[in-house]
Amino acid sequence: MRGLWQLTWLEIKIFIREPLGAIGSLIPVIAFILIGRIMPKDALPTPTALPATGGFTPGTVPVLVSLLIAISAVLSLVTIIAIYREGGILKRLRATPLRPATILSAHVLAKLLLTAVTIGLLFLAGKRYFVPGAGVPLTSFSVALFLSACSILSLGFVIASVVPTARFAQPVGALILYPMIGLSGLFVPVASYPPLLATVARALPLTYVVSLLLGIWRGEGWLAHTTDLAALAVTCVVGLVISSKLFRWE
Amino acid sequence: MSQPAIRISGLRKTYGSQLAVDDVSLEVAPGEIFGLVGPNGAGKTTTMECVEGIRTADRGTIAVLGLDPVRDVYALQERIGVQLQQAQLQKRIKVWEAVHLWASLYRKQPRIGDQLLDQLGLSDKRNAWFMTLSGGQKQRLFIALALINNPEVVFLDELTTGLDPQARRAIWELVRDIRARGRTVFLTTHLMEEAERLCDRVAIIEHGRLVDIGPPAELVDRHCPERDVVLMTEDANAAAGLERVPHLLSLERQGSRFTLHGTGEEFVSDVIACLSEQRIRVTEFRTLLPTLEDVFLKLTGHSIRD
Repeated sequence: MRGLWQLTWLEIKIFIREPLGAIGSLIPVIAFILIGRIMPKDALPTPTALPATGGFTPGTVPVLVSLLIAISAVLSLVTIIAIYREGGILKRLRATPLRPATILSAHVLAKLLLTAVTIGLLFLAGKRYFVPGAGVPLTSFSVALFLSACSILSLGFVIASVVPTARFAQPVGALILYPMIGLSGLFVPVASYPPLLATVARALPLTYVVSLLLGIWRGEGWLAHTTDLAALAVTCVVGLVISSKLFRWE
Repeated sequence: MSQPAIRISGLRKTYGSQLAVDDVSLEVAPGEIFGLVGPNGAGKTTTMECVEGIRTADRGTIAVLGLDPVRDVYALQERIGVQLQQAQLQKRIKVWEAVHLWASLYRKQPRIGDQLLDQLGLSDKRNAWFMTLSGGQKQRLFIALALINNPEVVFLDELTTGLDPQARRAIWELVRDIRARGRTVFLTTHLMEEAERLCDRVAIIEHGRLVDIGPPAELVDRHCPERDVVLMTEDANAAAGLERVPHLLSLERQGSRFTLHGTGEEFVSDVIACLSEQRIRVTEFRTLLPTLEDVFLKLTGHSIRD
């Protein structure tokens, strides 16, 4: 993988130079801090109060936030790849000793690093202003989030392989990924869906992502989520196989 | 003859039902500037990209420096330099970042990139973003990237398209410099003037087929031997004298202005000899020689701009 680090570092620098690059990644963090500062301390919900006041089960909000950030990162990746393809940048890079896998890996790495920074800052801000739930296994949750991001990424590559132009990349990706959140069982458990909807939900990869993330946030063990992990692995492999067949460089 | 830098034989490439390149065979000698000329869509870029290993040919064999561009693509990439048609870089990549990245990809020192920026007159643009460069500066950067690994064969696809005449001439000088360093240049152009002034040999390609191949002057002699001499004279007996010029095909007269249409390399000398023998005083003398453009018109039946 000659050139992987150089290209990754370059892509991070280039992303930060975008008008909305660095600022855009920090907006959730800034919003979070502002809300934390403005709100009087006693108005902030504590994790134990959440089920009573919000109607959500514990973990819903952090999982939703993490998912939204991961999906927006994947959408931005899909868009960048579409723009690079349309501009002939991918083709130019491919006509060098860079291997195709290196070019795509550099983009994935750059996005993973930037997303990790955003989520990390968000957690720090959350810790400062919102009392975190005791005993949330942050390390396990990070690992689960990373695995989830990988499977969402492989979906992103399938989308990036088939969108005809950069103009379509963002809306098509959004149309595919965001509705999946609604059906994922994050707000209403899949078990309480009507049979048909439940079948659809079980066919969607995000359902397993949500099940894994919620479970780990609540302190459940990995062994309780082998089905979810298997589903994510299958999504990842199938996504990569499909996109390696369909991916167009120009 | 030593091993050709590029040898193409029986190349064929289709896109779906569209035949892009049909049975093209040619050889490029080491150290020459070889041009593929033809209108847009003739199959020039497809041919070049098959040679570069970016596309796979449907049929035929290609050898570049003795290597197969598909099977030996990674070995080949180390020895060739490529400039692609209408290529772009990341909008906000800096000029020095691009050359340093390319240098590292070919395991070269970053200073080689800096030297090339110097030679190509881009030093003061080192810290500029790619998107802020002019068309000519972008093309010079792409030449720098194509030269960074000190390649034996350099591929230039429609290098000067969209540039103003001044920038175009500057780029031609750079291409001649590449040849002066003993490199082989394989380029495509749809500009007949560019092909005629820059290339040692050209191949005319149309609808995916090779029409003819040779040095520009030779192609002109072969296909367009006719040439015109335009002269002005007040001599009343001029018409009678000029009628006798050998190889004359037709003579036109508009007042004191004569247009002699003849054929063959000797024709212009014949006209001069006739003028001197007959002691015809002329006030103006001009020759109109055919160009590669005329060759193209003759060979294909239409102008390259149609």
